[in-house]
Amino acid sequence: MNARKQILDRLRAATDTAAEATPLDFTSMERPPWSQEECLQRFEQTLESVHGEVHRVDRAHWLLRLAEILQARKVRNLLAPVEHPLGQALRQSGRDDLPTLLAYDQVIEAWQPSLFNDVDASLTSTLGGIAETGSLILWPTRDEPRLMSLVPPIHIAVLDADQLYSTFLDALRQQGWSAGMPTNALLISGPSKTADIEQTLAYGVHGPRELIVLVLG
Amino acid sequence: MTAQPPPSDVEQFHPRARAALSDPQVRQNFRRAMDGLMAKRKAAFADWDLDALRDLGAAVRQRALAELPNLLEQLEQQLQANGIQVHWAVDGDHACRIVTDICRARDARRVIKGKSMVSEEMELNHYLEQHGIEALESDLGEYIVQLAEETPSHIIMPAIHKNTDEISELLHDKTGTRRSHDVEYLTASARQQLREKFMQADVGISGVNFAVASTGTLCLVENEGNGRMTTTVPPCHIAVTGIEKVVPGLDEVAVLLALLTRSATGQHITTYFNMISGPRQPDELDGPEEVHVVLVDNGRATLYQDPELRDTLRCIRCGACMNHCPVYTRVGGHTYGTTYPGPIGKILMPHLLGLASTRHLPSASSLCGACGEVCPVRIPIPDLLVRLRREAVDGDRLHPSRVAGHGSKRNPVEAVAWRSWRWLHSNGGRYRLGTALATRFRRLQPANLGAWTQYRTAPRLASRSLHQWVRQRSKQESDES
Amino acid sequence: MTEPVKVYPAKPQKVYFFGTCLVDLFFPDAGMAGIQLLEREGIEVLFPQAQTCCGQPAYTSGYHDDARAVAAAQLPLFDEPWPIVVPSGSCAGMMRQHYPALFQDTPQQALANEVAARVWELTDFLLNVCHIKLRDQGEPVTVAMHTSCSARREMGIAAVGPALLGQLDKVTLVEQVRAEECCGFGGTFAVRHPEISGAMVNEKVSSLVDTGARAFVTTDCGCLMNIDGHAEKEQQPLRGQHILSFLWQRTQGGPGGQDREDREVTP
Repeated sequence: MNARKQILDRLRAATDTAAEATPLDFTSMERPPWSQEECLQRFEQTLESVHGEVHRVDRAHWLLRLAEILQARKVRNLLAPVEHPLGQALRQSGRDDLPTLLAYDQVIEAWQPSLFNDVDASLTSTLGGIAETGSLILWPTRDEPRLMSLVPPIHIAVLDADQLYSTFLDALRQQGWSAGMPTNALLISGPSKTADIEQTLAYGVHGPRELIVLVLG
Repeated sequence: MTAQPPPSDVEQFHPRARAALSDPQVRQNFRRAMDGLMAKRKAAFADWDLDALRDLGAAVRQRALAELPNLLEQLEQQLQANGIQVHWAVDGDHACRIVTDICRARDARRVIKGKSMVSEEMELNHYLEQHGIEALESDLGEYIVQLAEETPSHIIMPAIHKNTDEISELLHDKTGTRRSHDVEYLTASARQQLREKFMQADVGISGVNFAVASTGTLCLVENEGNGRMTTTVPPCHIAVTGIEKVVPGLDEVAVLLALLTRSATGQHITTYFNMISGPRQPDELDGPEEVHVVLVDNGRATLYQDPELRDTLRCIRCGACMNHCPVYTRVGGHTYGTTYPGPIGKILMPHLLGLASTRHLPSASSLCGACGEVCPVRIPIPDLLVRLRREAVDGDRLHPSRVAGHGSKRNPVEAVAWRSWRWLHSNGGRYRLGTALATRFRRLQPANLGAWTQYRTAPRLASRSLHQWVRQRSKQESDES
Repeated sequence: MTEPVKVYPAKPQKVYFFGTCLVDLFFPDAGMAGIQLLEREGIEVLFPQAQTCCGQPAYTSGYHDDARAVAAAQLPLFDEPWPIVVPSGSCAGMMRQHYPALFQDTPQQALANEVAARVWELTDFLLNVCHIKLRDQGEPVTVAMHTSCSARREMGIAAVGPALLGQLDKVTLVEQVRAEECCGFGGTFAVRHPEISGAMVNEKVSSLVDTGARAFVTTDCGCLMNIDGHAEKEQQPLRGQHILSFLWQRTQGGPGGQDREDREVTP
């Protein structure tokens, strides 16, 4: 008998499996009705409590703030999207205070060692933020592939202040996730970290050591 | 290298407990870590109605289990529609064979692994190595444990039994890392070593925290990023999971995620929540070309047959039960000699290994109930411990034992002792006579009561029992009136 | 699945008293103190002489046939509808929480459910049914309290002991670290896993001693035997008492009923 049939038959042979028919009560998942400003404060506090860095920036001046952040860290190059409006703005800014802009424009196999060893920082867009947990929502695309937010030691994420949800449940319901998931969806809530050595926190164990969020308002 | 102790080792619970208890380093490591985890969990739930949230978590898991066969079929269908290949394994060996076959078909020699307790349960690393495939753990804790040729001592924090000194020494011996007390330095050097391995790996193997039936999505919870690396960098990703991890939809995932990370480490959420619904598409630039899921039964479908024991399968592997367990805190994870230690191990391992080799586990609990009190999905762990104690001694003729290896702890001397206890206590007259004799001759009570008086003085029999006292008192009263 | 909200009965004229085997043989003063506290509240106490043990030792050891036989002998002793009060969180927990499952599919099932629903832990009953008001007659004293795990988790009465002690104005209650952690008794666990149990009680005694209190009270005789016995063996300056004995003594101006000579006999 094949394994699939064997397992399913065994499960179906069980009795007393009736579940209650009443719908699940999600009330306990609800958070207080935070205003947008409260959402933003909660997002900042929570993300900062896990070593994330949050900058509120005027939409018109975000490139200046970005340039300052990168200069302060002596970043030599920045991996950024090409098609996304953020990438376009970055590439067409004509600023001379930005580092060399790199593009993820070939399959990973073609440039893996270079991505792993030579890229100082990356910038990605986000699909929103979650106030309660201080999380960023990312759906990687061809323009912003999966490893863009993972491999470089500094990850800069740009979040629209209007795109803050109170909880993950709210976000996935309001954005209609169940209608179709991308190949990879991510919640990112801080820099990569570990406490595996005697419960001492260390950052940047496999992913970025720094996560910097620019909240555009 | 992370081979599970052989079954006979499980039986060494007592000697290992004694060894752990007399090791001040182990005691201190665990006490300190568990105190911290308990405090963090409490703080993380401070502004929640935790009872209601646990009710919801329990209901989510209970309903998912009620629909388990249908959900598995739906999951399979959705995963396949998403381009993910699905395999079914009846037991650990079968799952190991499936993984090995996938590796061989790709001519893979090097495997990098994310944290997966099911793969520990399957003893996958050992199996792969026997078949000429190198399997390297990438979670820092698992990596340390693998270098030390040990097994994880905690399901969330595998190397929690080691302190910085021990880890520094180990990394020095095995990888040439300079000795250091600087955790950042040790972490950074492990990052460097493992980055090379990620780039070279032919296959990445991960576990799964939740599998979503409606969307065909595999969810992984992690802090380090090694899970994302494992599932993204190598050209082939194999996810191994117990069949019980399936949930109907994304709403349920949100509930379980909220409970899991707070219960486990007191985090509102982990750094990464990684949801995988397919291999690399033609228009994508990274991600694995192939994604496989191995659905592992390994005793779960049998466990599922029993409505009471089925609750065991609600577990979301947060580890809160062990963090709050006064026994685990004192003896540490290795004492159990099983893949899953602590309270959840005591109620799960007998189903994976049989009660014959695990018969000492259910009794190694004071039934204090701390585990059940913190379980985010309300598994009645103390009740299940009592159930397994009953099975271990075949103690209930009304409810015949069902777990493999039942009756293996039944000892004729003990059975006779309980039989005598029953004879004495099931009749008020006999009991009064017995207790009257005991109080009358209380001075003959031995001072040495074996295991009890090893750590305590003997309790002293009263000069008259409460029965006698009440009787005398009412006699006095009626005499007076 | 949440514990149902406890519905306390109105204060009754009478109660059944289930003494428990440990109280009966080792701490009858605690039982008598409980009886006298109830009587002082104007309640007539019925003590069925045929009672023995709730069956818990065999139940938690897995010998459910034996536990059921002993428990079955208790069921018919409470035939009038009075509440059944028990001076132990653990035995009360056995009767209230586990009798229904133990007697499932047996002819006594209905009776077991009915009896279980009438079971109350005695301090809970005094506080929340009798609404007892205690008047402290004793000298100033500092005590710590250990609430048993069953009292805390099965009977949900962690707040009761402190509330009762709080009524005594010359008693200072101090809390030990990890107050909610088990003392290591666990019935037969203490003898099946003596080293682990010993390590647990050792830490419990240390944390109690560290409060500075020289006395502790507890809801359960199992914990009392364990903690007090370990403190005595280790010659620690800490002595324990059942909370009922303590409450009775504090409010009567001296030891109630029982001659203390009993407890001081060295075997």
